[in-house]
Amino acid sequence: MANLRMPPVNLGRWLLWGSTALLFIVAPLVFTQGFALTMMTQMGAFIIFALSYNMLLGQGGMLSFGHAVYSGLGAYFAVHALNMIGKGTLAFPVMLLPLVGGSAGLVFGVLFGYVTTRKAGTTFAMISLGIGELVHACVLMFPRFFGGEGGISTNRVVGHPFLGLTFGPAIQVYYLVAFWCFACMIAMFALTQTPLGRMANAVRDNPERAEFVGYDTQKVRFLQLVLAGFFAGISGALSCINFEIVTDENVSALRSGGVLLATFIGGTGFFFGPIIGSVVFIFFVVALSGFTQAWLLYLGLFFLAMVLYAPGGIASLLMMQLPVIRAGRFRRLLVPYLLALAAGLVAFAGLIGVVEMVYRISDASLDSQMSLFGVGFDAKSPQPWIAFALLLAAGLVALRLAAGHVGERWGAIHNELQGSEP
Amino acid sequence: MEFFIVQLLNGISYGLLLFMLSSGLTLVFSLMGVLNFAHASFYMLGAYFAYQVSTYIGFYPALVIAPLLVGGIGMLVERYGLRKVHRYGHVAELLFTFGLAYLIDEAVHLVWGRAAVEYRIPPSLEGPLFMVFTSQYPIYRGFMMLVSMAMLVSIWLMLTRTRIGLVIQAALTHPQTVEALGHNVPRVFMLVFGGGAALAGLAGVIGGNAFVTEPGMAAAVGPIIFVVVVVGGMGSLAGAFVASLLIGCLQTFSVGLDWKFAGLFARFGWTVTPETPFATLWNITLAQAAPVLPYLLMVLILIFRPRGLLGTRDG
Repeated sequence: MANLRMPPVNLGRWLLWGSTALLFIVAPLVFTQGFALTMMTQMGAFIIFALSYNMLLGQGGMLSFGHAVYSGLGAYFAVHALNMIGKGTLAFPVMLLPLVGGSAGLVFGVLFGYVTTRKAGTTFAMISLGIGELVHACVLMFPRFFGGEGGISTNRVVGHPFLGLTFGPAIQVYYLVAFWCFACMIAMFALTQTPLGRMANAVRDNPERAEFVGYDTQKVRFLQLVLAGFFAGISGALSCINFEIVTDENVSALRSGGVLLATFIGGTGFFFGPIIGSVVFIFFVVALSGFTQAWLLYLGLFFLAMVLYAPGGIASLLMMQLPVIRAGRFRRLLVPYLLALAAGLVAFAGLIGVVEMVYRISDASLDSQMSLFGVGFDAKSPQPWIAFALLLAAGLVALRLAAGHVGERWGAIHNELQGSEP
Repeated sequence: MEFFIVQLLNGISYGLLLFMLSSGLTLVFSLMGVLNFAHASFYMLGAYFAYQVSTYIGFYPALVIAPLLVGGIGMLVERYGLRKVHRYGHVAELLFTFGLAYLIDEAVHLVWGRAAVEYRIPPSLEGPLFMVFTSQYPIYRGFMMLVSMAMLVSIWLMLTRTRIGLVIQAALTHPQTVEALGHNVPRVFMLVFGGGAALAGLAGVIGGNAFVTEPGMAAAVGPIIFVVVVVGGMGSLAGAFVASLLIGCLQTFSVGLDWKFAGLFARFGWTVTPETPFATLWNITLAQAAPVLPYLLMVLILIFRPRGLLGTRDG
């Protein structure tokens, strides 16, 4: 991509953003099923959420356990605005509703940010957790505004249709989310290029030095958090339009944890990491939860594996391949990669078998007769247990060997590249 | 008066339980710099293990076996998980324990189901211990206090009077020097992490049947012990003790009181009507606001005394 950089126009960047926009437009034309459409709509809203979270974790070095506060409160304000539009007491286009959510996120960002951003590191993590719990408890305490346990439901088909858009059909909601998602992606990327974005990086890496240069680290963290709150609020409003209901789950620790998982899995070190993470995460949540009750366990295991073996997330794994591909040596890695993948799949199959059998036995309401991978068996008989345990053990051993092989090849190629460069 | 004494006793027994949880958390934090997110999950595991063991061989063996099991798991987690991510820094360690908490929660769901299990107080500990005016004080509450106090004293003795305790204390402040003197500091870390997990497990054993043993119990108590650690001062054992008792009493007292701002205003001659601004806020009773109070306390502490009540390090 380096040779596409033709100042003053950065052609590579235009190409990248252009193809992203194209992807947003074309995706529902390719995946036309209703299921895919709802999933993509959720992905769009979650991408904004995860990117805004990465403004804290990746760019500002602030590990927050309460980011759902901003998106959730944004969603609550958006749902009230939407209901007021429905009653006719407020004249506001539904299309711009995310701005209401965003403003709410911004205001609460100012309010809570003042308390939370005084310290970085572990203290910040703790306070954000506390604020998250505080807000969640408050939401249940004031049922008049927040609707208590049942939440507040709404109807998105209100107001005057603009250019014939009523946002009744799911496809219109998808394009609304896609538009906002794209706009927010550009805005957040642009923010990383501003002095504030750069200073946030500096404060993350070396707060002491940033202070010596003359910046107030607390102020940088505060501004970053306020802006992140704004984008989180936009995402909350979009999910409110999409689901037409806002409950206390929107501000819960579960949601804060979810966005952390998604962002980390995608990779915090690169701007596009959270985008990948959101796609993977929503796939886990929406698609996998339909197949198995244990999807959270798989997600947790996946997350732990990432923390242990790939702390840079999927994005860093991808970016690691770039120099190898550029040097034309990727073919030598291909076979070890495929071997490792195969070993991983075998181990995973074994794991799935064991987990599903445990689940089958522990739930008394279910019959122990089950089928997996097209084979029917009885979860109470010992044979499938032995078979799956063997599969798991063999897969793990093979994965270890294959990973060693990958590491060897990788090291060799790395040495060659280092030797050839200077 | 009766209300006051009963609530005070309840608050102290709850506070001591909180201290059993937060002492492990704060020890691990001051030693390794890791805030263990899975700490409350160890508490839950303790309760479930005790339930499982007590269905086979009774409560008293479970009182010993379950914490040991949880401690063993804790040591394995430190040895094969935390030590690995240690080189990636504190954020990675925090995330590791966070993922672990997810995993333990889900494993509990898978093995014991989503409903509460019937983990009961043993028959020998049922019944009243003594009378406070007209209300009975249950034996089990007394037993909880006894176990917590015994644990507290033995930890204190271990930390101050034994060789390993002195090594731990030294490793808190000067790990390099301790290592240079020939002590295996990583093993000390492992022992402390396992010990903290075992303490949490023990709290689970005696807390699980006093309250409810269900998959949500970790999520219910987890944030509270973080509040305790922050309010007491990160890494301060004495601070954790004071904060545990404070928050324990705060929670038990507030649940039983229906004070509200409207009542306070009435003393000054203002009456709150539905038309008064923020009428809902003034009409919330203390009992309704109980879940919020610990977090409110934490936020206030962080604004006015960021190092916590007895903390020495600033941030």
